[in-house]
Amino acid sequence: MNAQIRENLPGLGLLIAVILLWEFMAGYVIKNTLVLPRFSAVIFSIYMLRHLLIEDVAISLLHFFIGLSLAFLVALPLAMGMGWSPKIFRAVDPIIEILRPIPPLAWIPIAMVWFHLTHYAAGFIIFIGAFFPILIDSYTGFRNVPKVLVETGRVLGCIDDKKLIKYVAFPYALPFIATGTRVGMGVGWMCVVAAEMFGVSESGLGYRLFQKFYFLHQMDYVVAYMLVLGLVALCLDRLFRYLVEERLFKWKRGIVKG
Amino acid sequence: MNHKLEIRGVTKVFRSEEGVITALKDINLEVKPGEFLCIIGPSGCGKTTLLRMIAGLDYPTSGKIILDGKEVRGPSPDRGMVFQEFSLFPWRTVLKNVEFGLQMQGIEAAKRREIAKKYIELVGLEGFENHYPHELSGGMKQRVAIARALATEPSILLMDEPFGSVDAQTRNILQEELLQIWQQTGKTILFVTHSVDEAVYLADRVVVMSARPGRIVECMNISIKRPRKRTSVEANVIREQLLKLLITEHKKTGII
Repeated sequence: MNAQIRENLPGLGLLIAVILLWEFMAGYVIKNTLVLPRFSAVIFSIYMLRHLLIEDVAISLLHFFIGLSLAFLVALPLAMGMGWSPKIFRAVDPIIEILRPIPPLAWIPIAMVWFHLTHYAAGFIIFIGAFFPILIDSYTGFRNVPKVLVETGRVLGCIDDKKLIKYVAFPYALPFIATGTRVGMGVGWMCVVAAEMFGVSESGLGYRLFQKFYFLHQMDYVVAYMLVLGLVALCLDRLFRYLVEERLFKWKRGIVKG
Repeated sequence: MNHKLEIRGVTKVFRSEEGVITALKDINLEVKPGEFLCIIGPSGCGKTTLLRMIAGLDYPTSGKIILDGKEVRGPSPDRGMVFQEFSLFPWRTVLKNVEFGLQMQGIEAAKRREIAKKYIELVGLEGFENHYPHELSGGMKQRVAIARALATEPSILLMDEPFGSVDAQTRNILQEELLQIWQQTGKTILFVTHSVDEAVYLADRVVVMSARPGRIVECMNISIKRPRKRTSVEANVIREQLLKLLITEHKKTGII
């Protein structure tokens, strides 16, 4: 434990130094809250806005989970099919290659026309953002199942495709699926903010940050929301790693962590 | 009929963009029950292909492979296979790896655990049941692969250069252990190798194959008494003969 604290000391020290520098620059050099609000003012804003914050975090998380779960539910079976069957791959690949490079934000008008100002409109943008990372990584996993493992499975009586996918391909692809999902979560969260900012929603962190605080030039509130956006993403990522990677991938320990 | 395995006029032709390759030409071979048969030959002579066809992973272009009186048509747990590459499922523990084939047969958990433990003990890995493959050495991995192949009680064990990727010392130990397992279980074993030493130490009979297209050039009975000594005069005499045959075949490939 002591060693762990000692290891993390430089990181913590630098963090505190940066915060102090920020406070100093904002308070004594720049002296303009519009350009750079003081750190203390930002923290105070978080405290002031706590009720609104909780509400906005909840809404943004709702958008996020609508989009993410939908992306996962569609991408996974598709990745399985594409990775396992070259026929499905050849059939689907052109569509995917055309749709994939379109930036998720370019879908915002479509989202508004299709779903109006509902949670599904923001969810749709997040879906677009998270879908491709999950699809591509999972597909890579299914596609790269070593031949010798498939043949071992077949020799041991795991003969039809359904069983081979369940007992060989899926477990092999799981770490790839997890990585894709983690990347997808990252992209999805960026899309949450952007979607809400550009008016696909009338609430949520991004909406409040841009449509309300920025237009009122309340930069201390804006930065407060920025910090919260980062913190929520960090928590989501840590939670995912704790729930999925630590528990599911015992067998990978030593390969990944040395 | 007292043959365990019969290979009748098997020819295998691969067609690819580069052209047509005859990998095996008119292979005829009979294997007796309980026999330990080694197949040696220069690289690319189709010895692995032959083994894969017996396993049901490839199909002969013509000819028949008959195991226990029935023609082979696809893979089945009555043929255990040990591959050269490490083939353990990395997400499964040693125990779960050995249980795999039994699980596929729908045997209940308690029963398959009991059977798996028996075979883990047979290969000398008791105490490692809950280890994951990445925690094992190369030799241990192949022991698990052998236990896994035996757990479904196959009627024949097919081994494709199983000790090719372990170090020389471990290889010798594994050979001895395999002989013990063979004597204890009375299994018929088909063992592909490119090592003459290995073949002479292990086999009742050695089949020498020619360079491509692979044909059987010689079947040699190894009548040295067991337990064998690697350095005995008889072993050396047979090694000498086999090496001569192999060198002739190697020269035909033009690789030397």
